[in-house]
Amino acid sequence: MSREREGAPASWEVFLRARRGLAHQHVGSVRAVGPDAALAAARDLYTRRGDPLSLWVVRSDAVHAASPDEHDPYFAGARHKPYRYPEHFAPLTEEGPEGDHHP
Amino acid sequence: MSAPTATATVTAAPAVPAATDRSADQDGPLAHFEALIAAGETVEPRDWMPDGYRRMMIRQIAQHAHSEIIGMQPEGAWLTRAPSLHRKSVLLAKVQDEAGHGLYLYSAAETLGVDRADLLDALHRGQQRASATFNHPALTWADTGAIAWLTDGAAVINQAPLCRTSYGPYARAMRRVCQEEAFHVRQGYDLMRALCQGTPEQKAMAQDAVDRWWLPAVALMFGPPDTEAGGADARTAALGAAVSRRAIAWGIKHHTNDELRQRFVDTCVPQAERLGLTLPDPAIRWNEERGHYDFTPVDWDTYREALGDGTHWARQRLAHRRAAHEDGAWVREAAAACATAGETT
Amino acid sequence: MTTTRDAPARPATGTDLALHLLRLGDDALVLGQRLCEWITRAPTVDEDLALSNIALDLIGHARVLLTRAGRLDGTGRTEDDLAYTRSEREFTNALLTELPGGDFAQTVARQLVYTHYAVLYYEALAGCADPELAAFGARAAKETAFHRLHADRWTVTLGRGTAESARRMRRGLERVWPYAGELFEEDDVVRRLAAAGTVPSPAPLRAEWDRRVTDVVTRAGLTVPTPSWSARGGRAGLHTEEFGPLIAELQSVRRQFPGGTW
Repeated sequence: MSREREGAPASWEVFLRARRGLAHQHVGSVRAVGPDAALAAARDLYTRRGDPLSLWVVRSDAVHAASPDEHDPYFAGARHKPYRYPEHFAPLTEEGPEGDHHP
Repeated sequence: MSAPTATATVTAAPAVPAATDRSADQDGPLAHFEALIAAGETVEPRDWMPDGYRRMMIRQIAQHAHSEIIGMQPEGAWLTRAPSLHRKSVLLAKVQDEAGHGLYLYSAAETLGVDRADLLDALHRGQQRASATFNHPALTWADTGAIAWLTDGAAVINQAPLCRTSYGPYARAMRRVCQEEAFHVRQGYDLMRALCQGTPEQKAMAQDAVDRWWLPAVALMFGPPDTEAGGADARTAALGAAVSRRAIAWGIKHHTNDELRQRFVDTCVPQAERLGLTLPDPAIRWNEERGHYDFTPVDWDTYREALGDGTHWARQRLAHRRAAHEDGAWVREAAAACATAGETT
Repeated sequence: MTTTRDAPARPATGTDLALHLLRLGDDALVLGQRLCEWITRAPTVDEDLALSNIALDLIGHARVLLTRAGRLDGTGRTEDDLAYTRSEREFTNALLTELPGGDFAQTVARQLVYTHYAVLYYEALAGCADPELAAFGARAAKETAFHRLHADRWTVTLGRGTAESARRMRRGLERVWPYAGELFEEDDVVRRLAAAGTVPSPAPLRAEWDRRVTDVVTRAGLTVPTPSWSARGGRAGLHTEEFGPLIAELQSVRRQFPGGTW
C-alpha cells in the first residue's frame, strides 16, 4: 500500500561476482525503477571496493524459493544417502583415511 | 557511521515468549527456532520466528539504518570545507559508506517483511529514531576526525559482535559494514594525528573536538548502563540486564552495554596518549587489579544529559532529513511514473 | 600517474599545457564541489551515494590535473596550493561548473552537458603523445562514461516522468545550455597545443557532442534549447558573483590555520 503511495520502486536482488573463479553470490537488494537503474544502484552500493567482475540484478518477485516449510520434501533425501560421499567407502590405501596422499 | 545498537534493544522491549511457553510447544516451530539459536546457527528470512524476535530485529536494524543516514549529516556538512583535496576525497568516501551502510541495513530489514519506504516514513514522523549521538553538532573540522576516531571506534567495538548476530541477513550486512568501518576509524585517527602534529591552534581544535565528542561516544554509542558496576542503580541494572539477557538469549547481542563500553575505553586511552590528547574524564586511570582502565561510570543522569533530545541540533537533523525527502518527492514520483509506463531505462 | 619522467616522444611542457590542464582541473574541482553540496540532500539515499561517487571521481581528476599543472608551470605549486590559495580571479573553470543551486533537474542537465563533453575530451586525450596524460585520459574517460549513463538515465526519466518533472527538466536544460559552448572554446593557448600535437582541442568534438546530447534529449521527449546567447569568461577568471562564496567555503578551514598541516 505504502509502495503505491510513495511510488517506491521495485525490489531487486543483487548478485556479485567478486573476483574471477567465484560464482555470483547474493549480496543484498536495491530498490530501482528498472533494470538499468537497478544495476547502477547495485554498482554504487556493492562495488565500492575491490575489483569486482560482474553484477546481476533480478527482480525480487521473480525469485521462487523452496521454503523451510517444505524443507523435508525438498532436502531431506540429501541427508540419508551416505553412499554419495567418498568417506562411505574403504580408503584407497590401507594406511588410513588420507588415501594416496598419505606417505 | 555507526549506531548504538544496544539502545534499540532497550526501547524495543517486546512481548517476549517466556521460556515456559516452550514446554507447551516442544516440537513446534518455537522449539526449532530456539534450537537454532542454541546451536549458534543463523535464523534466515523464511524461518519461523517469534513475533517478539521479529519486532526486536526490525527495530534494531531500522534504528541502525536511520543512524547511518542521519549520521551522514554532521560530517557531510564539512565536505565543501575539507582543508585538502586528499581529506575531501577521504571524507566523501566515508560519507558515501554511511549511505551505503544505511542501504545495506534497509535491505536486511526488508527481509523481515517491512518496506524501506515505511521505515523512512517512520523516521520522518518521529516514530522511529536514529542514534542520539548525532544530536550533537560538528562545529569544527576537527569534529569530523573526532567523530570518526571516537564514535566509529565505538561502533567497531559495538558492531564486531553483531557480525555473529543470530539473524542471517543482519549478520551478513554487518560483516560488510564492519569491514568498511575499520577504514573510518583509521582515517579519523590519522586526521587527528595530523592536527596534533600541526600548529598549536590546530592541536587546540583537536582537543576541543575530543572534549565534546568523548561523552556522546562513551555514553550513547553503547546504550544506557545495564550493570551495577557500570553505574546503574540496582533497579535500572536489573531492568537493563533483563533486556540485555533477552537480546543475548536470542543471539542478537553477545555482551552487555557496559562490557563493550569498558572495551572501548581500554582501546581509546592508549590511542589518546599517543596523539597527545586528553580524554575529558579525570577518573581515567589504569587499574592493575582489574586489568582495565577505570573511568567515570555512565550513570543514568549522565546518559540522559548526553542524549541531547529536543535540542536545536536534534531538531535540525530530522528537519534536514525531512526536507531532503520532501524536496525529492517530485523526482521519486517521476521515476515511479516512468516505471509504470514501462520506461525502464 | 605520479611518474616524473618526461615523455619520450613529444614532451608536453610549458606554460601553455600548464594552463590547459589547470582549466580542466578547475572544471573538475568546481563541479565536484557543487556536487558535494547535494550530499545528504538528494531525492533518495541511493542518489546521495550516486552523486558522491561522481564527486569523488571528479575530485580525483582535479588532483591529477592540478598536480601536473603545478609541476609544469614552474611554480612548484601542489594540488592543494592551487585549490586553496588562489583567488577567485585565478580560477579558470568554465562558468557551467560553478552555476549555483537549482533543483535536481538542473543538476542533471548540467551533468548531461558536462559528462558528454568530458567523455569525448578524455577519450581524445587518451590518444595524446604524453604517456602520463594519455593514461589519465583513458582512466577518466571510463569513469566519466559511468557518470554519463547516470545523466542520460535521469534526463530521460525526468523528461518522461510526470508533467512536473518534464517542466523542471526543460527548465534545467534551458538554464544550463548557454554555458555549454565555453567547454569547446578554442583560444590561442589551445590552438598552439593542438597545432604542436601536444593535446587535442575540444572544438572539433562539438558536432559529435551535439549529436549525442540531442539523442538523449529527444529520448526524454524534450527539445534541445537554442539559447540566444553564450556564456564565456571563466577561462579568463571572469566568474559569476556566486563563485566567490563557493571559493570562500572551499578554502575557509585551510585559510583559518596558516601554516597548518592536514
